[in-house]
Amino acid sequence: MSAPNKSYDPVEVEALKPEEIERLRDEAIAAFAAATDLDALHEAKVAHTGDRSPLALANREIGALPPAAKAAAGKLVGAARGAVNKALAERRTALEAERDARVLVEEAVDVTLPYDRAPRGGRHPLTTFAERLMDVFTAMGYSVAEGPEVEAEWLNFDALNMGPDHPARSTQDTFFLKDADSVVLRTHTSGVQIRSLLAAAEPPVYVICPGRVFRSDELDATHTPVFNQVELLAVDEGLTMADLKGTLDHMVASLFGEGISTRLRPNYFPFTEPSAEMDMVCFVCRGESVGNPDRPCRTCSSEGWIELGGCGMVNPRVLVACGIDPNKYSGFAFGFGIERMLMFRHNVEDMRDIVEGDVRFTLPFGMEI
Amino acid sequence: MRVPLSWLREYVDLPAGETGRDIQTKLIRAGLEVEGVEQLGADLKGPLVVGQVLAIEELTEFKKPIRYCQVDVGDANGTGEPQNIVCGARNFAVGDKVVVVLPGAVLPGPFPIAARATYGKTSEGMICSARELGMGDDHDGIIVLPPEFEPGTDAIELLELVDEVLDIAVTADRGYCLSMRGVARETAIAYGLPLRDPALIDVPPANSYGPLVKVEDQYGCDRFVARSVVGVDPAAKSPIWMQRRIQKAGMRPISLAVDITNYVMLEMGQPLHAYDRHRIDGAITVRRATQGEKLRTLDGVERTLDAEDLLICDNSGPIGIAGVMGGAGTEIADAVVDPETGEVTGTSEIVIEAAHFAPVSIARSARRHKLPSEAAKRFERGVDPEATKAAAQRAVDLLVLVAGGTAEAGVTDIVAPHPVHSIAISADLPDRVAGQEYGRETVVRRLQEVGCTVVGTDVLVVTPPTWRPDLTDPNDLCEEVIRLEGYENLPSTLPNVPAGRGLTEAQRLRRRIGIALASAGQVEVQNYPFIGEAVLDALGIESGDPRRETVKIANPISHEEPSLRTTMLPGLLGALHRNVGRGTTDVALFEIGRIFRVDGTAETLYQAPRLPVDRRPTEDEIAQLDAALPRQPYRVGAVFAGSRDPQGWWGKATVWTWADAVEAARTVADAAGVELTVRQDQHTPWHPGRCAGLYVGEVLVGHAGELHPRVIKAMNLPDRTCAMELDLDLLTEGGAVKATGPKISTFPVATQDVALIVDEAVKAADVEAALRAGAGSLLESLRLFDVYRGESLGEGRKSLAYALRFRAADRTLTADEASAARESAVAEATARVGAALRG
Repeated sequence: MSAPNKSYDPVEVEALKPEEIERLRDEAIAAFAAATDLDALHEAKVAHTGDRSPLALANREIGALPPAAKAAAGKLVGAARGAVNKALAERRTALEAERDARVLVEEAVDVTLPYDRAPRGGRHPLTTFAERLMDVFTAMGYSVAEGPEVEAEWLNFDALNMGPDHPARSTQDTFFLKDADSVVLRTHTSGVQIRSLLAAAEPPVYVICPGRVFRSDELDATHTPVFNQVELLAVDEGLTMADLKGTLDHMVASLFGEGISTRLRPNYFPFTEPSAEMDMVCFVCRGESVGNPDRPCRTCSSEGWIELGGCGMVNPRVLVACGIDPNKYSGFAFGFGIERMLMFRHNVEDMRDIVEGDVRFTLPFGMEI
Repeated sequence: MRVPLSWLREYVDLPAGETGRDIQTKLIRAGLEVEGVEQLGADLKGPLVVGQVLAIEELTEFKKPIRYCQVDVGDANGTGEPQNIVCGARNFAVGDKVVVVLPGAVLPGPFPIAARATYGKTSEGMICSARELGMGDDHDGIIVLPPEFEPGTDAIELLELVDEVLDIAVTADRGYCLSMRGVARETAIAYGLPLRDPALIDVPPANSYGPLVKVEDQYGCDRFVARSVVGVDPAAKSPIWMQRRIQKAGMRPISLAVDITNYVMLEMGQPLHAYDRHRIDGAITVRRATQGEKLRTLDGVERTLDAEDLLICDNSGPIGIAGVMGGAGTEIADAVVDPETGEVTGTSEIVIEAAHFAPVSIARSARRHKLPSEAAKRFERGVDPEATKAAAQRAVDLLVLVAGGTAEAGVTDIVAPHPVHSIAISADLPDRVAGQEYGRETVVRRLQEVGCTVVGTDVLVVTPPTWRPDLTDPNDLCEEVIRLEGYENLPSTLPNVPAGRGLTEAQRLRRRIGIALASAGQVEVQNYPFIGEAVLDALGIESGDPRRETVKIANPISHEEPSLRTTMLPGLLGALHRNVGRGTTDVALFEIGRIFRVDGTAETLYQAPRLPVDRRPTEDEIAQLDAALPRQPYRVGAVFAGSRDPQGWWGKATVWTWADAVEAARTVADAAGVELTVRQDQHTPWHPGRCAGLYVGEVLVGHAGELHPRVIKAMNLPDRTCAMELDLDLLTEGGAVKATGPKISTFPVATQDVALIVDEAVKAADVEAALRAGAGSLLESLRLFDVYRGESLGEGRKSLAYALRFRAADRTLTADEASAARESAVAEATARVGAALRG
């Protein structure tokens, strides 16, 4: 046995009575439970687990106990403190979760507030529509060819079998230049076709020629003196009108959907022979409005067909003017106005809207068409 | 060409039930552009009858004279009693035969007729004018019929008021379809029916005692048939059937002789001319005009002739422009009625001309004198030279039949020798052109159907008919075969296109620019390239500036804007103005397109050679064509006005500024992969203190900034409007900088800020260049984050604050290394631009 602890204080030892420890423990747990927010919990924590809290003081008393009592007291106090800390942690987690949830509620905003802040831009549908066409044909292997808008008459007319007195030449409504000899604003992009043939040492030539062209019409709901055309030229060995038809069918199916095909009607153009007018099946009614007054179609005026433009087999005289042997090579060509196609594809009712540059017209078309 | 079905059926026995729409469909397939079918008298309903005016009471108490008439309409009204009718027209007398519409009928409009009270009387129907019956636009009174018809006769049938008329737009190659004969031929082929050719009539052979004709220009006139008819009754009028056919074909009945020539022209396609023989002095002569010669044409206009004009002359001089329009001097005289005796005097002896003229000559004369006559329209497109005699004969026959004339026996027929033009084609050429097998037999049959003579087996020698001057080449013959076999039956195949390379770099670039600028909030426009002096004045562009030297259009749409743009700004600013005017006040627009410049062009500008087309031009000739053209570089322009970022719940608005204009140029340069340098510049029409010159290396490629306030005022633009214009061709001349994959250092960055005080005149770009040069290779990036001006800095000074980021590829930089680099940067700035470190 060891000597009795001189500093043994029976009064102090009172604090280490199991009942007392349990009371302190329960008081602390109750105080934590009563804390309604993290601040209150912090106060309770200081009061019940701080250096000067009764349990801490009780813990300190253990050292004064006789060695034999130390272990039991230590165990008793340790268990109580453990329970208190656990309760504290649990309460903190609960309160933190409550707080986090509350912050999220408080931070809520009206996400329907309009944010029309960044300026909105857009590309002109004439540009994007021409690009779409180019993509159809570049995917087939064609190149895109371009040329000047002010063009020599030889390239715009003569080489296309439109001699000075050709009746078709007077109907082209050409803009002529002042004090100029044989230079005009091009009336079609066909001059680019000629340039492509001249540039190629030898066929095959497969080009698509988009671009701005000019005819001396006044601007109204359906006419514009400046418009955009896309023309195609293919010159190779053994090309046929059936190839022309197939190429047109492929184009309209690409632009207007599967099942839309074309038909050819005989027509006359000096640069093609045989020549044809090309129509496509109306992509809106698919012909169902024909003879069906209950379901009229505005797009095709219930005709079932939409007129696209002119086409044909390249007139061998055109090949000769470009130094290409018409006995060895043949070709086909077609051309149409992009404005017109844009109008019926997108229900544009007035040509003036296309040319006037009003942003309200352009914006709905976005970046691609 | 307007083709009445009733007339067409005279030449082709079409099935009875065949409608105009049916025929339209067939003819469209065969290549005739039938634009529509007019339904004449579709809503017309009788009773519409012949009436005879029995009595006229003049009512004078009204504003205009009114007639109250009693008209015998036979039994048509059921009673046989005269019909009481009020009429406002005055061109008839008691005893005249008129057309009466009775109550219960419906006139075209539709316009139902009922008995009604008017001018104090009850009018039981109406006496009709041609216009009310839908016969034509003539409105000179009511129709007075020839006396031979009985009152009560159905006038709907008499006047052939119910019919269908095909409206055909005849293309330039199908002149023969400007006639009933030609359209009937196509119809007959389309239906596989025989054709009754109106030109197949008996014609006496030529002899030497016909009208005297001398052809001095056989190139211009290779055929001249002349006939004469005497004893023509000047009072004779065109029969109703003839008038009606002429009306339905879209022409106007005028007088018997003129109507007959027009009728035969419509029937056979051969333009005719009728002369009053008494007014011709000597022989009819065909020759070219002498420059400046004068002729008063039928329309009363005195015309000064060109040496190229082909003329019909007599001893007195020109009496007509061949194939275009006759002269007033030899015109068939109007019939004159002697008021005393009732005797009618006028032309009684007529010479008929049926000639064939060179198409080009006629086309040029018609264009020169702005006379697109029915005759010229046909000659230009080519008429059948072999139809001349039949046409003259037909006119003679009609004059005899209708006008009581006597045909003279003389037949003049002057023929210039004509080589027969044949085309040799391989029998399978149509198959090879179409991509479909027709076979030789089909090819031959189809060619024969259109009138060709065909001989040969593997190679066919084809002689086109005289009415098809358009058939000159093998492919022309192919078209005939393929169109008659049906374009709709062509197969659909795809050629084997060789593999392509997609868009060119320039084409891809323009797309990228469009997407980049649109993504940056700008809207693309496509403006007309037309400008005028006014806008160049408003922009303050002075004479001598290359933008003043415009390409000018001889026949512009507007004389206010006769030139092509030399800069993108006029169109863009016009569109900006339009948008603002329509209430869109915050606008940013861009356009990519060509401008037209004569500076830097060859001396041969506008002098394009006229090259032949029977061979490829030489390289030199191609170069000459190009040298005749103005420069047409691609440009991109942009304009800005109003707010970039409007006021909202997030805060105040920010406006588009000069800096956005410069930024747009950078956006374009970035898209092009080109490094753009910005320098202070002064250039019209920009604000002299807010104009950036845009450079690639030492090459000036464009400008950006705020517009000059004077320009803004002159063009009525929003305050502070900004603009940018870049020459894409110049921008990309040196090619794009090819991006090389950077080595990414994973060592930490060392950031150092520095504030430098410089004179106000020092440009930020120069400070930045100095810092970059001084900082050396450790500098990763540099950014200006503040510009400060304040009293503490002193008058005319500013402080520029930069954030510099240093990093090494191979190690963590020490603080000393970073500081040394920073100090070196500052030292360089001090040396170059006098920068002082702000304490």
